[in-house]
Amino acid sequence: MNLTLKVWRQKGPADKGGFVTYEMKDINHHMSFLEMMDVLNERLEREGQEPVHFDHDCREGICGSCAMHINGRPHGPSKGTATCQLHMRLFNDGDVITVEPWRAKAFPVVKDLVVDRSAFDRIIQAGGYVSVNTGGVPDANEIPVPKKIADEAFNAATCISCGACVAACKNASAMLFVSAKVSQLALLPQGKVERKNRVERMVAQMDAEGFGNCTNTQACSVECPKEISQDFIAMMNREYIGAKFTSDNV
Amino acid sequence: MNLNSRIPEGPLAEKWEKHKFNVKLVNPANKRKFDIIVVGTGLAGASAAASLAELGYNVKVFTFHDSPRRAHSIAAQGGINAAKNYQNDGDSVYRLFYDTVKGGDYRSREANVYRLAQVSVNIIDQCVAQGVPFAREYGGLLDNRSFGGAQVSRTFYAKGQTGQQLLIGAYQALSRQVATGKIKLYTRTEMLDLVMIDGHAKGIITRNLITGKIERHAGHAVLLCTGGYGNVFYLSTNAMASNATAAWRAHRKGALFANPCFTQIHPTCIPVSGLYQSKLTLMSESLRNDGRVWVPKTVEDAEKIRKGQIKPTDLPEEARDYYLERRYPSFGNLVPRDVASRNAKYVCDEGRGVGGTGLAVYLDFADAIRRDGKSTIEARYGNLFEMYEKITGDDPYTLPMMIYPAVHYTMGGLWVDYNLMTNIPGLYALGEANFSDHGANRLGASALMQGLADGYFVIPYTMGDYVASLPFKKVDASHPAFDEAEKAVKDGINKLLSIKGTRTVDDFHRELGSIMWEYCGMARNAEGLTKAIGLVQQLRADFWKDVKVNGSAEELNMSLEKANRVADFLELGELMIRDALHREESCGGHFRDEYQTPEGEALRNDEEFSYVAAWEYGGFNGEPTLHKEDLVFENVKLTQRSYK
Amino acid sequence: MSWLTQTFSSSIGRKFLTAITGLFLIFFLVGHVTGNLLLFKPDEGRAFNEYTQFMTGNLGIMIVRYLLYAAILAHVIITVLLGIHNRKARPVGYTKQVPSPHVSWSSRNMGILGTLVLVFIVIHMANFWYSLKWGVVPTVNYAEAGEIKNLYHVVQSSFSELWYTALYVVMMVFLAFHLMHGFQSAFQTLGLRHKKYWPIIRSVGFWFSIIVPFIFALMPLYIYFFRNINH
Ligand SMILES: Cc1cc2nc3c(=O)[nH]c(=O)nc-3n(C[C@H](O)[C@H](O)[C@H](O)COP(=O)(O)OP(=O)(O)OC[C@H]3O[C@@H](n4cnc5c(N)ncnc54)[C@H](O)[C@@H]3O)c2cc1C
Ligand code: HEM
Ligand code: SF4
Ligand code: FES
Repeated sequence: MNLTLKVWRQKGPADKGGFVTYEMKDINHHMSFLEMMDVLNERLEREGQEPVHFDHDCREGICGSCAMHINGRPHGPSKGTATCQLHMRLFNDGDVITVEPWRAKAFPVVKDLVVDRSAFDRIIQAGGYVSVNTGGVPDANEIPVPKKIADEAFNAATCISCGACVAACKNASAMLFVSAKVSQLALLPQGKVERKNRVERMVAQMDAEGFGNCTNTQACSVECPKEISQDFIAMMNREYIGAKFTSDNV
Repeated sequence: MNLNSRIPEGPLAEKWEKHKFNVKLVNPANKRKFDIIVVGTGLAGASAAASLAELGYNVKVFTFHDSPRRAHSIAAQGGINAAKNYQNDGDSVYRLFYDTVKGGDYRSREANVYRLAQVSVNIIDQCVAQGVPFAREYGGLLDNRSFGGAQVSRTFYAKGQTGQQLLIGAYQALSRQVATGKIKLYTRTEMLDLVMIDGHAKGIITRNLITGKIERHAGHAVLLCTGGYGNVFYLSTNAMASNATAAWRAHRKGALFANPCFTQIHPTCIPVSGLYQSKLTLMSESLRNDGRVWVPKTVEDAEKIRKGQIKPTDLPEEARDYYLERRYPSFGNLVPRDVASRNAKYVCDEGRGVGGTGLAVYLDFADAIRRDGKSTIEARYGNLFEMYEKITGDDPYTLPMMIYPAVHYTMGGLWVDYNLMTNIPGLYALGEANFSDHGANRLGASALMQGLADGYFVIPYTMGDYVASLPFKKVDASHPAFDEAEKAVKDGINKLLSIKGTRTVDDFHRELGSIMWEYCGMARNAEGLTKAIGLVQQLRADFWKDVKVNGSAEELNMSLEKANRVADFLELGELMIRDALHREESCGGHFRDEYQTPEGEALRNDEEFSYVAAWEYGGFNGEPTLHKEDLVFENVKLTQRSYK
Repeated sequence: MSWLTQTFSSSIGRKFLTAITGLFLIFFLVGHVTGNLLLFKPDEGRAFNEYTQFMTGNLGIMIVRYLLYAAILAHVIITVLLGIHNRKARPVGYTKQVPSPHVSWSSRNMGILGTLVLVFIVIHMANFWYSLKWGVVPTVNYAEAGEIKNLYHVVQSSFSELWYTALYVVMMVFLAFHLMHGFQSAFQTLGLRHKKYWPIIRSVGFWFSIIVPFIFALMPLYIYFFRNINH
């Protein structure tokens, strides 16, 4: 099939950037979206131009690197998938496909479709862990965890840190990402010890990074490749207010 | 060169305990005087960095990813082994040790493997304490499954995301140390050279991938935790950016590369669908527990299927060849990875392959669905089926799945001693980057175990032994050795940019991949390997004459990054072929057509090849030198594997 | 007490205040709509007038009323602040953006809806409350209650105008949409989400946001068609 691609090109953070249109001929519909981008890039390279830069690595929806806003939606039109899991069979001959980077103050554009998501790392550094050193921990089975709780914690932990939630949110809020980590650790007995400090610090960092406020539109869960639930945002709200009023941090 | 493996004396079970007592310790107050460089943030790197920082060392961590959590370890699906014997089914440290040595076809070091099995139990404790959400039973205790044909259930797992969950655990531990300031994190920063002063590893040269700035970092020890080199084959299950550059550049500086030809080819991957294919996706091995592997009995039927004239479901039972069940009645579809892979190749070579390319075999769940019901199968493999359908557009509930082997893991890597130190003092290799524990073939769910064992429980002890002997003096980054290395890196980059040829980097990479797959893949022979050496040398020469890399060195330039990596693959590929050629036996993942039993099974030659082949760099176009570390088996009896 | 200011200047803290004030306004709506049902009593407004008289005189009610003003003010100020902050969080927007499926229109337009509700509240207050407090309102004399203000008359004359009735009805539609998202959103913000109760909250919210504005809208319509002084 033949397609028209409108791709955001931006040389660097200082560049204003703009769309460039590419005509794509004979695209095989078994290709993945990124393979289609590879075809474009090899063509550009052969023509002596710089390829379209985009982040990607595992190409199986688990590393969270890939991040394209395709035809108006993060990770494109299909449900529960990352960009790399999108296949061309979802598109039709003659389609015009618009590709943009994630847009958020906290995710500045590095080049073309590559954005800087280190804000997420800093939020985890602020408290998204259980403070245990290597060694000296109890036997794994000394910490029983009810299966239901373990499963729920696992569901929260499936977040791949792609940032689609931020990209999808009209407020560029990172609540889904942050709440997934807060909830995972607050649910498990291992994480309960530090739960108050954790949520206070992570939310403070989230705010400092310049993300927007959640207004519960739930777009994040819809676009999340791992379909992380809104339950976790509610849980974090609860955790946060509870912690603020009962922790001994004055 | 004398390869000293530093295996401690004494009975197998006591070696590690004794060694831990004998290694030198660094006084807690002095640890902060040492700077440690960790390259890589996969399971091995992240766990090592976190543990060393907790002990008090100053750690600098590097990754070319934008976040430490994106390391390729994240992609592991199946699980992690540990000799916990929680299932009361007869597992033990000794059994895990034994299975690993046997699975590795007796080409690994007993002492290392035993230690691995010993610390495996601590890994699970550690991960659980960090909040890794492993699968659990209704009673709240940990669940296990049997994996990769193991006779006991010793695999811990987190749905199909074990790697991601373990890595996030380690990443969080690392993040915690970043917050304390003990770790300084450099993301999107790629190591391009090792710096040596007086024969010791003292630092690295890196390129900031965003700005292109070449930087130097000095330290008292350098840990390479940079993963495997499966991407030499272009198509593999490895992540796109996985590469051998760090290990290869260390090799060029003198580190020996061990057993490079030992590559693992995984039997259950989604087949290639066209030339544009960029990578291959692994389907969990657990599928073989219920799926039956088959191809049509006749070439004619296979041809009809390939042309779409008939559907696989149209083919009656008697026209199908369940070749694994036929050839291996007792193991059936659960034969080890290498056996399953090789047999798939054979039937496709005979012209009985299916799919558009003829390079695929069926993995059929029809019987399982009939036997257990669709809902049971869905509960077991639902997410895998979904993933398969997303990629191929076929519904595996109604049509048999198609699979084909793909390169998956590299057992070879930098040679290390018992302390995980390479032959260069101060340079360590951990995780998939080293060659240490899996011999000629790795068992399922053992790579994650090894990466975390190395990082959490081995290196924190063994590195002290070396560091304790160093003076408390900052390593001087203005030493001429740094100037020299920095210059070499810059020259290399400028060279790549100045060629301005006609072929893209991917074009070269693809060609290298097809040479490697053809001649150094699932089955190898002297004739093909000899030919392949010439082909790779020619390709390498062409690369340096005709590669086209656009853009500049002072910006984010992904073509340049790839070019750097492919340049190294072009050298490593040749070494792999040479290693495969010299190893005149079949063992584990290395199968030589000339060396097989009458039944077509791998035929080892323990008399002559029971050693680790550690290669010394011989110059850009020179011949590498072979060094042998003899393997001594005092505890296990060498047997011929048989899965009949 | 820096923790307290910290809490309420955080994103979640501010949202918490929005939800609390919003819920308070919802409670008020319940009271308001119940009281105003007296408009339907065919007694020429007597019950309604006595009720408004009672509402203006009682100290407890006074306090609630000031709380209400404070709540409206707080709700508006905080949501405006949140809105400004949210705009800043995405300085460069998308060229093409398609709403995600299952995301309600209301939830994406709370700012506009809220502003319209605010405009309404201002008109509404100017009309009834201002005239009640400072304007000249005719009085009416009931035997037991004595001489009290005849607010019913004000209401009646207002809603005898077509444009005013129409405005009122349209505004109720906006309020309905605001509540359609606001009701459940407030519970989500407060973390009151549970597998068992969430579907209940959602459906109560849904019906609440239809029924309450509907009843409010019936009042002008009823007067316009059945108690119109111009007819
Ligand atoms: C699809 C798949 C499934 C698997 N499933 C399983 C399983 O179920 N069980 C199991 O046990 N094993 C499994 N494996 C194998 C296992 O995942 C890997 O062997 C293991 O995770 C490797 O970990 P590592 O820490 O050594 O390296 P990696 O995780 O590959 O990390 C390498 C790190 O090094 C960095 N790096 C590399 N080079 C440089 C450089 N030059 N400069 C800076 N940084 C650099 C990278 O950025 C990265 O952070 C699987 C592998 C694949 C491909
Ligand atoms: C009777 C009047 C009102 C009621 C009952 C009401 C109710 C609510 C409720 C319950 C919420 C949800 C809070 C949350 O998500 O936590 C909300 C949100 C909001 N309100 Fe109101 N509100 C009213 C008037 C107003 C006014 C006058 C404005 C004017 C600016 C306004 C602006 C907003 C905005 C912008 C939000 C969005 C916040 C969000 O989506 O999270 N509201 N309202
Ligand atoms: S919550 Fe979902 S959308 Fe957000 S970062 Fe995690 S996986 Fe991506
Ligand atoms: S490339 Fe890893 S999630 Fe898409």
